[in-house]
Amino acid sequence: MHNKTIAELSAALAAGEFTSVELTQHFLDRIAKYDGELNSFITVTAEQALAQAAAADARRARGEAGPLTGIPLAQKDIFCTDGVRTSCASKMLDPFIAPYDATVIAKFQEAGAVMLGKTNMDEFAMGSSNETSFYGPVKNPWDTNAVPGGSSGGSAAAIAARLAPAATGTDTGGSIRQPAALCGITGIKPTYGRVSRYGMIAFASSLDQAGPMARTAEDCALLLGAMAGFDTRDSTCVDMPVPDYSAELNNDLSGLKIGLPKEYFGEGLDPAVKAVIMAAVEQYKALGAEVVEVSLPNTHLAVPTYYVVAPAECSSNLSRMDGVRFGYRCENPKDLEDLYKRSRGEGFGDEVKRRIMVGTYALSAGYYDAYYLKAQQLRHLIADDFKAALEQCDVIMGPTSPTTAFNIGEKKDDPVAMYLADIYTIAVNLAGLPGMSVPAGFADGKPVGLQIIGNYFAEARLLNVAHKYQQVTDWHARAPEAFA
Amino acid sequence: MALDRSDVAKIAHLARLAIDEEAVPTYAQNLSNILELVEQMNQIDTSGVTPMAHPLHMAQRLREDVVSEVNQREHFQAHAPSTEAGLFLVPKVIE
Repeated sequence: MHNKTIAELSAALAAGEFTSVELTQHFLDRIAKYDGELNSFITVTAEQALAQAAAADARRARGEAGPLTGIPLAQKDIFCTDGVRTSCASKMLDPFIAPYDATVIAKFQEAGAVMLGKTNMDEFAMGSSNETSFYGPVKNPWDTNAVPGGSSGGSAAAIAARLAPAATGTDTGGSIRQPAALCGITGIKPTYGRVSRYGMIAFASSLDQAGPMARTAEDCALLLGAMAGFDTRDSTCVDMPVPDYSAELNNDLSGLKIGLPKEYFGEGLDPAVKAVIMAAVEQYKALGAEVVEVSLPNTHLAVPTYYVVAPAECSSNLSRMDGVRFGYRCENPKDLEDLYKRSRGEGFGDEVKRRIMVGTYALSAGYYDAYYLKAQQLRHLIADDFKAALEQCDVIMGPTSPTTAFNIGEKKDDPVAMYLADIYTIAVNLAGLPGMSVPAGFADGKPVGLQIIGNYFAEARLLNVAHKYQQVTDWHARAPEAFA
Repeated sequence: MALDRSDVAKIAHLARLAIDEEAVPTYAQNLSNILELVEQMNQIDTSGVTPMAHPLHMAQRLREDVVSEVNQREHFQAHAPSTEAGLFLVPKVIE
């Protein structure tokens, strides 16, 4: 059962081959067996999952089942879940039992999906390796000495190890695409505003976007259809109809124009990763696509720009964690300032504190123009680069990550080296565009992800481009041997 | 821009973060490295470029000023560190 895609599981549930309770129990058993080693879940909600599965089976018996009814999913621990700990992988929120559901969670419940539990992540989604979690690092199922990527590393590892058929992720600078690439799964970050951020704990509000992670583009299409849509509770959510993302999956790719940005293939790209990406591009040519070279000349400024915008917004967003209304509070505070300072100092990990301090500095009196304003101007130039490139092609392709999964501990003490792991993903968030990562092969036994970037609201096109590739390749179907 | 110990102490105070004294030099080094990375922004002259306020250049929606949520004070306070009579308790502020 665990090697089936959601589309296959959905068909099997409809045909009565097994029930959602049996399917859910199967995944719970796999989590119990394997997750001690991987650490991909922070909280497993077994009892609740089986109750939801029983309700889904009853719904099916009434003839009211949809494509996701009875399908077990894992939810990133950044989404508020009513009555269930929502920690954001931080000591600060370890005691936090969310009092309401995020819109994404509520939408999956309406669709009848089952929640297996909450997945591990970098603390407050700040990291690219899942090493900043208060609950310890997650291991990559392809090589347990390596990181799964981050920040949605628990979601990616759980899917790769077949502990869940799919999961949610969030992507502020690459946090869906980079772990998807490093764990050999498929993930899509939609256009900014496509999915509601209500109840999704905020890191950098002008960049954060939720999206699905699964094994195939077909499954991502099903999940995105359920997640996306207007929500009055998120002022930045876009009021546009949600298309049927499954309808265009099989569209022919003849004449598709693929742009390869020369800046994504230069210095810093592992030659073995480059070879895999170029082979994928050849495969697209065989499917009828044309390739043109494009340029994104401000690519090298994306990481510096991001490390002003994201920390500035995080320093503001995380000011609500003050030890007063929810979450961690220090012992015996001597006065209010001591309560704030020690609750925050003890509750946040090092990387979160670093980013809060960078943001506080950038926004402090006298520095606004030199940092935040400058970064917002560069952001405009970066978005204009994509606009110009997408006039010459339908989609942009390149590597998702410059290397395959690095080892646990390798970059932990060097924040700047860690930041550069997101060099190809960050600009997409700054521009607000949709992007996805698709398994494209292996380098030294570890997965490589192909990144596909499209125009605003072109999610259906991206999923179509990924799906056609997955019809003629089997990289997405490979399982790490120990978890097959 | 290299930060020294007193810069770190000042920023930590502004951010209301207690930082262990022995960790300050490491923070100073890491924050200086991050700011050095950030300063690459100055390679480009951006005078006259409009700052990007929203990825989709959208304005904020307005809505009628009507009550849309019900009062759930007890529910929301159930997991607060310390409450009394519907209020959040903090150490004494006024002597």
